[in-house]
This record gives sequence, structure tokens and C-alpha cells, in this order.
Amino acid sequence: MSVEAAEQTTEQPVREIGRDRRRKEDQRLITGRTRWTDNIVLPGMLHMAMVRSPFAHARITAVDTSEAKASTNVVAVYSGADLDESVGVLINAWPLSPDQVTPVHPPMPTDRVTFAGEIVAVIVARSAAEARDAAELVDVDYEELPAALDLKEAAQDTVLAHPDLGTNKSALWVFDSAAAGTGTDVEEAIATAREGGILIEREYRQQRLIPAFMEPRSVVVDPTGEQLTMWTATQIPHIVRFALAATTGVPESKIRVIAPDVGGGFGGKLQVTPEEWLAWWVARQLGKPVKYTETRSESLMAAHHGRDQWQRLTLAADKEGHVTGLKVDLLADLGSYVALIGGGVPVLGAFMFNAIYKFPAYHFSMQSVLTNKAWTDAYRGAGRPEATFGIERMMDELAHELGEDPLVVRERNWITHEEFPFTSIAGLEYDSGNYEAATAMAKEMFGYDELREEQRRRRESNDPVQLGIGISTFTEMCGLAPSRVLGSLDYGAGGWEHASVRMLATGTVEVVVGVSAHGQGHETAFSQIVADRLGVPFESVEILHGDTQISHKGLDTYGSRSLVVGGEAVIKAADKVIDKARRYAAHMLEANPDDLEFTDGRFAVAGTDQSVGISEIAGAAFASHDYPDDIEPGIDADATYDPVNFNYPHGTHLCAVEVDTETGQVTLRKYTCVDDVGQVVNPLIVDGQIHGGLVQGIAQALWEEAVYDDSGTLVSGSFVDYLVPTAADTISFDTATTTTLATTNTLGTKGVGEAGTIASTPCIVNGVVDALRSFGVDDVQMPCTPERVWLAIRSGSEGQGTMAAAAPHFDEATGMQGQTDRTAGADGPTGGSAGTDDAEGAGR
Amino acid sequence: MARIELVVDGARVADDVEPRMLLVHYLRESLGKTGTVIGCDTSNCGACTVHLDGRSVKSCNMLAVQADGCEVTTIEGLATNGQLHPVQEAFHECHALQCGYCTPGMIMQSVDLLRDNPDPSEEEIRLGLEGNLCRCTGYHNIVRAVQTAAGSSGATAVAGASDSAGGTR
Repeated sequence: MSVEAAEQTTEQPVREIGRDRRRKEDQRLITGRTRWTDNIVLPGMLHMAMVRSPFAHARITAVDTSEAKASTNVVAVYSGADLDESVGVLINAWPLSPDQVTPVHPPMPTDRVTFAGEIVAVIVARSAAEARDAAELVDVDYEELPAALDLKEAAQDTVLAHPDLGTNKSALWVFDSAAAGTGTDVEEAIATAREGGILIEREYRQQRLIPAFMEPRSVVVDPTGEQLTMWTATQIPHIVRFALAATTGVPESKIRVIAPDVGGGFGGKLQVTPEEWLAWWVARQLGKPVKYTETRSESLMAAHHGRDQWQRLTLAADKEGHVTGLKVDLLADLGSYVALIGGGVPVLGAFMFNAIYKFPAYHFSMQSVLTNKAWTDAYRGAGRPEATFGIERMMDELAHELGEDPLVVRERNWITHEEFPFTSIAGLEYDSGNYEAATAMAKEMFGYDELREEQRRRRESNDPVQLGIGISTFTEMCGLAPSRVLGSLDYGAGGWEHASVRMLATGTVEVVVGVSAHGQGHETAFSQIVADRLGVPFESVEILHGDTQISHKGLDTYGSRSLVVGGEAVIKAADKVIDKARRYAAHMLEANPDDLEFTDGRFAVAGTDQSVGISEIAGAAFASHDYPDDIEPGIDADATYDPVNFNYPHGTHLCAVEVDTETGQVTLRKYTCVDDVGQVVNPLIVDGQIHGGLVQGIAQALWEEAVYDDSGTLVSGSFVDYLVPTAADTISFDTATTTTLATTNTLGTKGVGEAGTIASTPCIVNGVVDALRSFGVDDVQMPCTPERVWLAIRSGSEGQGTMAAAAPHFDEATGMQGQTDRTAGADGPTGGSAGTDDAEGAGR
Repeated sequence: MARIELVVDGARVADDVEPRMLLVHYLRESLGKTGTVIGCDTSNCGACTVHLDGRSVKSCNMLAVQADGCEVTTIEGLATNGQLHPVQEAFHECHALQCGYCTPGMIMQSVDLLRDNPDPSEEEIRLGLEGNLCRCTGYHNIVRAVQTAAGSSGATAVAGASDSAGGTR
């Protein structure tokens, strides 16, 4: 190799996008040099502790704080009666209808508690320990009220969560393809299938989950500056600032909200919280900085929960297994308040039950219901895991009725890669995808045919440990969200994102983003994007975020939006910098701007050796001794980007589970997934997001559930009882990607934050059910604990125990109850499914 | 109040503490060693794991007074002379952290695990980390990191040196 060639090679910058850069964030985190909210200590800072209701529903008849107030080092004690209007109120940003029933959500109620864990008094003391000690001394008299706990019963209004509202039914949200003009009438499809096709009716439970981020929520408020400052462990500093201004009377310009290092969120920190609002009020009241950090049990009890639905699903198909219609009827448990997104979470699922398939008819209805339990809101996937679970379970049921391979039945119904862009029955335009490619790769990696063969052998030999193969082919809508679409859905804000690129005089670059990371690796990924775009070194780029004084504008991080929306804002801002720099370059090189080519950070006059680098231009712009007359000095730029569409990652997930039919124990053997997330910016980060997402979804399938007892006490209120999986519970995963570029953003990226969670839950449950088909089992309620699996095996087609939820008979004439699966026209291949057996005697 | 004297990350410290004070609160609140964090109330999560005389302990699960006369190493004292511990390096290299909240405890536990078993199988790693919860990574890359650290020369040797110096064991 010649010297010249070698030099050329070393000068050739490595493209950053697609490179497995190690994260910039890590150095601080692996050495303990972290800035969690609870680490913050301010001069004179006081500490808060909460007194919380032990009752799910009770009238507060008296709060005696005298003993607590008399304690040494206690500064103040407040109950609801001590608050004034300036405490504000907790908002619901997404009213689903003008007549949505929405209880007022005070940060601390005065007269009535509505779930076990609601705050009834606040202690302020010189130390956290003294505050907690004094909390024990507050004497609250309650008059217990009947509590609305069970979701289905609550939907009947037998006991009211809020008696003054007269109903537990908050909002009914309906989409109908015939009415919307996107498709035909689902009732016709069902009637036709009833006569001569296949009709599958199932009811599935989406159990209540707890996000269980590792960093407990914490808030510090400093009222001593000109701007009142709140540090909070949140995903949404900008939305918190907006809501504080909107509800507490403090002008927005006087509020600074900082999300410092935030230890995970998963939707659980996408909230405006009573704890934040009370800390805000107390600090203003006392004129002193205050801190509140929750305990884990408080976090599990009173931070919002997720999921919690009953899904009644009716799938119509012709005899050949083409789906002709899907009807979805949901009950969604809001808990005792309508949270920030609240009933909007299940509505996000409305667009995803049709998934990757071409259904000609679709009807979705969702009734949100108030109960006396912790409020629910977004949890990783938010509506889309629930929908994906429902449809992917149903596609397996259809395959079982047909006696065909579930992948074949899926392929018969999915959108082929030639058909994109494709307008779905729910009215979304999927821009791109290739389900065939992802599935082919996943099957190959997984060893699908070999495992099917092993499964057959083990069935035939009556192996006590049966093998199940689970499948989930999913898509999701992410990259929230086009502002106009949000407007049409009555959401209270937009979905745009903002970024600024500042070219510093000494050659480094500051990028300010409105999205707010809490583990995603924004600093690394955005640095890679900017490095490529501007031709500057990766190391020279600094990403600033999470402080409204620095990042004045943004809509924060959730819904897999940070890269596809926030990243696009970064690109647009960088491109504006290049445009501005071009004018400088032309001036400096005495050339026409149109004759300049910008490559690898340098503007060159075409056909000459004259060039100038963007860092030199930044220096020249800083000095501004000599610049064109007709421009403003400086090359910094801002951009606000409003997405034109949602973003549709997809993938094929396959798992092999072993089910011990004697003990009910489910063991993961193999999990293979191929995700298509478009252009990968950093494969290391993408893989990490998939791994973590998978485990959260698998945990829903197998382990986690927020369980309330009959009196409304959360019995899974610590990590002893709420089963966040450990390293010993999980396995290593086989992951890969296919790349079909998104067409609605510059790089062709798709969101990845929620994909693993959305896909893996139905994959696992399909695997468990697949292992047990020969026992007549067609459902096991989540989490698929050994007890539930064991009971399902033993109860078989009787549908007892966990089977009680399976295969009901959705017929008004029979009270929508029963265990019947009226599968007409297609004989079950084994006659062994619970539904098919029962149908014989159902008198149809 | 009780008087305690101990060595934390190589520095000799002494304080009067409430007998009920947990070691983790002493580290965070009295010494400002906020690299060690609290994730639960029930000693399930392991986020607060430190080394006491060279062995991992959950610092929420013992009293500060019980550490009297001991040597404590936290995540902040693991690197020596600006040189990251091989387990720290491996966590970075293998992308074994996302939000990073469990990371201090996870790293301290991994160092201890490798001291006991310098060449662990995947199953031994998974069992050895069972007392430390992570919500972000799904553990996949944490396992890779421990395997990588085990394979890198000096992982256990350095761990032994940094922890046993001046220790009582």
C-alpha cells in the first residue's frame, strides 16, 4: 500500500451511524459518579414523609397531627384540610370524550381516600428518618366505605369508586371500520362465519402490572431562587413544568424542572404525581428546599400501575383461514383516578389489534372503569402489548382450529412486502415492512422445523416435560406522534420535538434535545448522528437534556419517540447549521454557495483544492470579524419537528418453552427474535433495548402481577411478592435485525424501546399453550404460574380454575357467559380444545 | 449515638451515628458516597451492594455500627489510580447497563462472584447475581460482562488486591 493510499484510508472518517459505539453515559454510572434526585442535598433542606391510607375506600373523619407536630425536629405537618388552591390538581391530558367521567384528582384529599396508598398527611422534618418516625404518630380516623375492586363488577356499578359521580364508567371509546369507511361491517363477517366459516370467541385477561423501575421516585424542590426549581425522577420534565404552571398558579417562566440521572421509567415515570405537587406546595409554603424519596413499598403501592384489562375477542374467518373480521370489546381498569394518559393507554391499542394483518372488518370498543385501586397509566408498550397479546393469541387459536402451522396461517393473512405503503383497517398508513424476511430469518435461526419435530416426538412419547413453541409476529405504532392526529383524538398536547445545535467557538458541539433520557443512551446515539451529519468527531459532541432551563422546549421521552421524532429534530437542526455555515464558507472561500460541496465536515469548492472545515467556520462566526452583510452572525440553529406519521417497527419472535406437566413449571429454553427497526444507529443499544424489553414482556407472561386482596390491599407490595425476574430466571437471547427503512424520517429509523415487551408476552403464552394442546388446554391466564399451568392441565376441557376465563360464549341470549367456542365449519384437528368439546353440547 | 471508626474506599473515617442507622444511609448521608444507592426496603434488589472486608454485603441489610472497625469498598473506591476495575471495564464494553441504577451493586456483586469462582459458567453467573435486580438489560449483557471480565487477565487478582489491602480478613 502506498503512503498516499494509507493516508487516504486513515483520513476516511468511519461512519458513525450503524457503529456499535460504547456508551458515553457509562463512565459516570460505572464509577458511582451519579446525580440521582435522591443524591441532591441543598442548604437547609427539609425532608418529607407521607402518611398513606391503609383502606381502599374510606371517609376521612379526623386527622390528628398534634403528636407528630410536637416531635423534635419536625417542622410542619399538613393534612388535606391545610392545603389551599395553590397546591393545584393532577391532570388528565387525554379526555376520551367530552362527557368522560373524570374524578377531580387532588394531590392530597380532604374528605375521602380512594385507594390504599393515597396520601392523607405530609410530615416535614429535618431528616428523612425523623419525618418517617413522626408519620407513625399521625392519628387518622377513617370510616370505611364499600370499595369497587373487581373490574367486571365495577363495570356493573354495583359499588361505586366515587359515589358522587354516580357511575364507575368513565368513557366509552369506539372505532368501527364500517362507520369509519376503512372497511366493512364486522357483524356481517361474524354472521357469515357463524353460518359456514370459523368463529373464535375468547376472553383474555391482561393482569395488572407495576412498572418497577429500579430508582424509586424522588423529588427535590428549591423555592429560594428566582425560578422555583424542581428536580424530579421523571421521564417528562417539560410536561411536569407545563402542568405545574397550569394548575398551581406559578407562571411557567418561573418554573425550572430538572430530570437529572433518572433510573429507569418504562412509562412509570410518565406521570404528574401527588408527591411532586405536594413537595412543590410545601417548599413554597415554608420557603425552604424539601426532598421526598419514596420507599419501594410506597412505589409499588402508589406509583401508577399498568395494563389491567379484560379482553373479549371475536375473530371471524372463512374455512380456508382467511380472517374476515375482528371484534374487540375491552374493559380497562383506570384505578381510582384518570391518570395523565389514563384511558388513552388502551385506546392506543385500538390501532394495533389488527396488527400486521389484512382484516376487512374491525370493530373496537373500550370501556374505561374507575375502581378503588392504584391508578393505571402507561407501562412499556402502553396499549400495544395488550393488543398484540390479544391478536397473536387469537391467530394461534385460528391455526389450531384449522390444524395448520400458526406461521402459515399468519402469512396467509399478513400484509406482504409488496403491499406497502398499506392503509390498515384501523386507518393507519404503515409505511414499510417485510414480515416475510423477518420470519424467514427467525425460523432459520431458531431451528423451527427441528424443534417442531422434537415437539412431535415428545408428544408421542408422552414425555412428562412437553415442548411448546411460541410465536409472535408483531408490529407497533410508535414515535408518538403527529400533532394533528393527537388533536383529532382530543389529546391535550402535540407530539412534535425540538433540538438545537450550537457550534462552539473552539470546535466542539452542544446539542440540546427536548427528549429526556433515563437509560436509553441518547447521548451516545445522538452524538453518532450529529458526528456523521456535521462531520465532527463523536467525542466532540455533547448532548444536553432534561433541564427546562437548558432545554426550554420538548415533549420528553415515551412511546419509542426519542430517536424517530427527537432524532429527526436533531437532524433538521444540524442541516440548518450546514445551510448557515455554507454562507460563511462561501464568503471565506470567495465562492458561490451553490458551488460548495459539504463532505465529512468540510465545504470545498468543486474542482479545486480550496476548502474550509465547519469548526473553522464556527470560530469565524464566533469572532464575526468578517461575514456576509445579509446574514445574522452565527451558525447555531434550532429545529422543531412534527412527525408526519407514526412509525412501525415489526418483528418475528419465536420461543421454545418446556412445561413440566407434573409440576406446572415453565422453563425457557430458547428465544429467538428478528426485529426490523429500520436503520440501526447503534446495534449495541438496539440489542440492549430488545433484551430488556423481552424480559419485561416475558415477566408478564410468567411472573408478575399486582394482586389486591378482597379489602383492596396490595398484597404484592414489596419485591418479596412482586416478582421482578432475576438473572437466574432468564436466559440468553438470540437476536437479529432485518432492515426495511422507514420512509417518514431522514435516516429510515424506527423505534425500538417497546418492541421487545410488545412481542414477547404472547410469544411465551402461545408457547405454554402450544405445549399443553394435547391436554385440551387452549388458554392459561397470565402470569402462567406453575399452579395455574398445573390446574389447566388437570381441569382440561372442563375449563375450571384458570380456564374459567377461556372460551366464553359471547351471546346476549346466554348472558354473554359460558365456556363455549362455537367453531362452525372447521372441525378441530384433535377435537381436544376446550372450546370445541364444549360446543357440541352448547345447543347451537 | 454510637461512635464508629472504619475505612471507606481507603480513607479512615469516624462518626457518631444513631445505632439504628443503616450502613447504606451512613455511606450516602454522612459520607456523601452517593454512588451506592437504595432500590428497595427488603434487601431484594441489591442496588446497595458494597464490600465489607472484601466480601459483598447489601448495605441496607446491616447497621452502620456493625461496620465499626471494618473496611468498606463502594463502587466509588473500586477503580484504582484512575484505572477502572476489569469488571467496570467489562460492563462498559458489553453494554451491561442502561439506566445504571442497579449497576454499582451489580458490579460489586460480580467482583465478589468472580473472586469465589474465577471461571464461572453462565448458570453460575446467573445464580451468583440472583440477589441483584436489573429492570433494563434483561441480564443478557450483564452475564456477557461477567464472562468477559472472567476471561480478562487480572479480573480477580485486581479485585483481591483492592479489597484485601488493609482488610481484616
